[in-house]
Amino acid sequence: MKEPVIVFDGVTKTYPYYGYITAGLKMFLFNLPEAINHTKKSFTALREISFEVCGGECFGVVGNNGAGKSTLLGLAAGALKPDKGTIEIKGRVSPLLELGAGFHPELTGRENIVLNGVLLGMTRKRVVRKMDEIIGFSELEEFIDQPLRTYSSGMVTRLGFSVIAHLDPEILLVDEVLAVGDINFQKKCMDKIMGFRANGVTMVLVSHSLDQVQRLCDRAMWIDHHEIRAIGEPAAVCQAYQGG
Amino acid sequence: MDALVQNFSYYKDLVLVLTAKEIKVKYKNSLLGYVWSVLNPLCLAVVFYFAFKFVMKVPVENFTLFLISGLFPWQWFSTSVNASITALLGNASLVKKVSFPRYFIPLATVLNDTFHFVVSLPIVFGFVVFYKVHLTAAWVYGIPLLMVSQFFMTYGCALAVSALNLFFRDLERLVMIGLTVLFYMTPIIYDMSLVPEGFRQYFLLNPLFGIIEGWHSLFLRGHVDWGLYLVSLLQSLVIFGVGFALFKKLSWKFAEVL
Ligand SMILES: Nc1ncnc2c1ncn2[C@@H]1O[C@H](COP(=O)(O)OP(=O)(O)OP(=O)(O)O)[C@@H](O)[C@H]1O
Ligand SMILES: [Mg+2]
Repeated sequence: MKEPVIVFDGVTKTYPYYGYITAGLKMFLFNLPEAINHTKKSFTALREISFEVCGGECFGVVGNNGAGKSTLLGLAAGALKPDKGTIEIKGRVSPLLELGAGFHPELTGRENIVLNGVLLGMTRKRVVRKMDEIIGFSELEEFIDQPLRTYSSGMVTRLGFSVIAHLDPEILLVDEVLAVGDINFQKKCMDKIMGFRANGVTMVLVSHSLDQVQRLCDRAMWIDHHEIRAIGEPAAVCQAYQGG
Repeated sequence: MDALVQNFSYYKDLVLVLTAKEIKVKYKNSLLGYVWSVLNPLCLAVVFYFAFKFVMKVPVENFTLFLISGLFPWQWFSTSVNASITALLGNASLVKKVSFPRYFIPLATVLNDTFHFVVSLPIVFGFVVFYKVHLTAAWVYGIPLLMVSQFFMTYGCALAVSALNLFFRDLERLVMIGLTVLFYMTPIIYDMSLVPEGFRQYFLLNPLFGIIEGWHSLFLRGHVDWGLYLVSLLQSLVIFGVGFALFKKLSWKFAEVL
């Protein structure tokens, strides 16, 4: 087995209750004692999570809504900080927590490609060099110089995935973004993901499609109520998850 | 070392595309946008001229140029701070889902307004020439120097405001009040000579005072007041330092409260 590139060791993540504060300064000051008490309490989104993902592996994560999957990816991406435990990441992480992060409706498709590409870690030069390829992949040539607000939602996700498809990732974190576009485009996405896999990209895949997890992943993990319930063979994990 | 250079050129790209986005979005690529960005301070100048010169007859020499040379820098500061209130909120998807240094988001906001300040400078030059005030060599270094000081001051405020607004969502009202107070506490529509003698030293507590007076002395009298400049630069750097430290301290919590 290859060496591990993602290591979670006893990671706990809690979200403080910021309700009193984010309601505004006025609320906060007028309810000071309660507010201070309130911020001390917190909600545990992940409890004592330990697992490893090896280089080149495709690792699936399944679980109910609110189980903590997105929080897990947020931690791996470095957008969140754990309260307890350590997280070790070796390699460049491309967090695909959402297609088209940073897209702006007033900009054209072309301008959004540059913006999104750079935000996802490419240099501007590289995006410009790949521009034609990206536009070709999205099959949106006709609309590429129109503002994004005129696109259908499927077209927006297509554009978003096309940028991702031309990244050069080492570690890819994917949060429920694979079921995009029409049938044809879904197949194209699948092929691309398979291509990444074949090239030895490490992937962590959060998905509600158990079928997808079984088809794509080498190993899978089931998170239930903020804790790991099962980890191992995708088929076995998915069966356990389905069984409750 | 190599990684450092690579990082630097990547961050440069990042700041560039984020700022370009702000500029494009604000004006939807139209030239009319330029007109809007100079129209606001010009309108203010007309209104203040009417109220203070035409009606109240304040004894300030060259009052039109005086107003112009204070209002354009003020516009840069106030629109930056205003826009920074919602800078992080408006980019929530970036803060939550992509990892890059978050201080680039308010930076793009401030750079956007810096850009508009720079392109509106020719209008100020036009007034200076029109009122036959001598253009001097001091302009060549005075303008960049004053801009550096004002930039740090503005960016420091923008960092603090954008971060705090995530936690206290009604900060907007406070900032509005603060900006209004600051506007009238800075000699933009009146000259320092009209301020009672014994009260003048308190103006030094206002970090915008040195900057605005700097612009006045450059545009009206064609020279840089070095003593005042150094004081203002020091104040700006302190504000920037405090704003940056606060932002850094809170930035781990951003993704949690959005
Ligand atoms: N910013 C936040 N502040 C407070 N609580 C949060 C925050 N984000 C998530 N939570 C809580 O943490 C838990 C885990 O959320 P998370 O988004 O990780 O779930 P998920 O497994 O991705 O669910 P889904 O399948 O719906 O995407 C939820 O119970 C949610 O209420
Ligand atoms: Mg989720």
